[in-house]
Amino acid sequence: MSQTRKKLLVDPLVDNNPIALQVLGICSALAVTSSLTVAFVMSLAVIAVTGFSSLFISMLRNHIPTSIRIIVQMTIIASLVIVVDQLLKAYAYEISKTLSVFVGLIITNCIVMGRAEAFAMQNKPIDSFVDGIGNGLGYGLLLMCVGVVRELFGSGSLFGIVILNPVGDGGWYVPNGLLLLPPSAFFIIGFLIWGLRVWKKSQVEEPEYKIQAVVDH
Amino acid sequence: MSSEKRDNVFSRFKKLSIDSIPKTILVAITLCLFCSMLVSLAAVKLKSIQQENQLRDKQKNILQVAGLYSEGINIEETFASIEPKIVDIESGLFTDKFDPKVFNDLKAASDPLLSVALEDDPASIGRRSNYATIYLLKNKDGTIDKLILPIYGYGLWSTLYGFVALEEDTNQIFGLQFYKHAETPGLGAEVDNPKWKGQWKGKKLRDEDEKLMIQVAKTPGPNEYHIDAIAGATLTSNGVNSLVRFWVGEAGFKKFLTNFKNGKI
Repeated sequence: MSQTRKKLLVDPLVDNNPIALQVLGICSALAVTSSLTVAFVMSLAVIAVTGFSSLFISMLRNHIPTSIRIIVQMTIIASLVIVVDQLLKAYAYEISKTLSVFVGLIITNCIVMGRAEAFAMQNKPIDSFVDGIGNGLGYGLLLMCVGVVRELFGSGSLFGIVILNPVGDGGWYVPNGLLLLPPSAFFIIGFLIWGLRVWKKSQVEEPEYKIQAVVDH
Repeated sequence: MSSEKRDNVFSRFKKLSIDSIPKTILVAITLCLFCSMLVSLAAVKLKSIQQENQLRDKQKNILQVAGLYSEGINIEETFASIEPKIVDIESGLFTDKFDPKVFNDLKAASDPLLSVALEDDPASIGRRSNYATIYLLKNKDGTIDKLILPIYGYGLWSTLYGFVALEEDTNQIFGLQFYKHAETPGLGAEVDNPKWKGQWKGKKLRDEDEKLMIQVAKTPGPNEYHIDAIAGATLTSNGVNSLVRFWVGEAGFKKFLTNFKNGKI
């Protein structure tokens, strides 16, 4: 794999993470991270959709009229999402029940649309595909991090395997109910972004305005 | 000659400027056709597997409430000992008007010909179907072991759909199980907690005077009829209380249960 493609794949994991740096796709990250299995399947779905939508849009990029550009992208993304949803309902029924509307809402996930518009419209199919997969992986990585914290401390398990035996089942651990509610993902993502920016100083944004020093007239 | 003609169509298509109106329309139509074909292909090809999944899921829930389910059993085979039947709620008798394999209770509940609007509506369901699919668990000798009744009603955020299994005396509860709801995880969703569900086993619906006694409550009550409410989920608990009492009560399966107990059916 050439250096550029490798960069396209690896960059979105940490250096240009779609959730942590671009702060896109937050909505679904709140909804699907209370259990790791669900977060994992959701990540796979998003990886597939971003990868293939970027691929197809890039293949068609020289034939997409500017006036209906966004609609064409949406149509392709929506079709792929429906196919993924149907596949999940057929082959992963239990999980598709928990994911319910959130698979459908991948259509509105800004990451997918963002990659189509910002990258796939200007680049070659294979590069676009790699870029899509990379961004999907970046989304998935953050989802898994949030999911680990939420499931471990919220229900005392990981991937459904009991680690901290909760009081409700006769154990010792009192689960933190807040972590099972969507707002907790906000806090966790916030802390992750903070940590990431302490580690990678270049991700810190310039303040939009500075408070002027008081000057005597 | 035909290939020449095709070349012409293609080259004409290629010559069109990318932003011209004919090209825009052409791209839109082609894309829509292609995408709709892809989507319908996926939907049609996978439909049978999906329906199979839904059926298995429902059967699994019925087996669970009947206490017959354990990981890895053959659901279809185990389900053979359970017979679905349609009950006419008004008369409290079985009816052969519909085929239990295809009858859909929830669809019937929104059909004005098959349902009634409820004036007194503790379970907040709006309309109640006049017909309900119940399940009979039979012993090997053909006698009935348990009755499994469908129940549903509103909790805090969502309608809870489930089953209650009764012993053949129609009074003692064997189990309760919800298969679909969207209550708060960790609080209301504790209705799925095996420990909480376990409380229902052996509880009685009515006392000797046929008075409806079963209750989900925070305050302690007579042990035979009392289910401890879920801590931190008052509204979900109240919802479960009302919906269970509604479905086994006068407007629900009361008549059928009485008929069944008296051997009329």
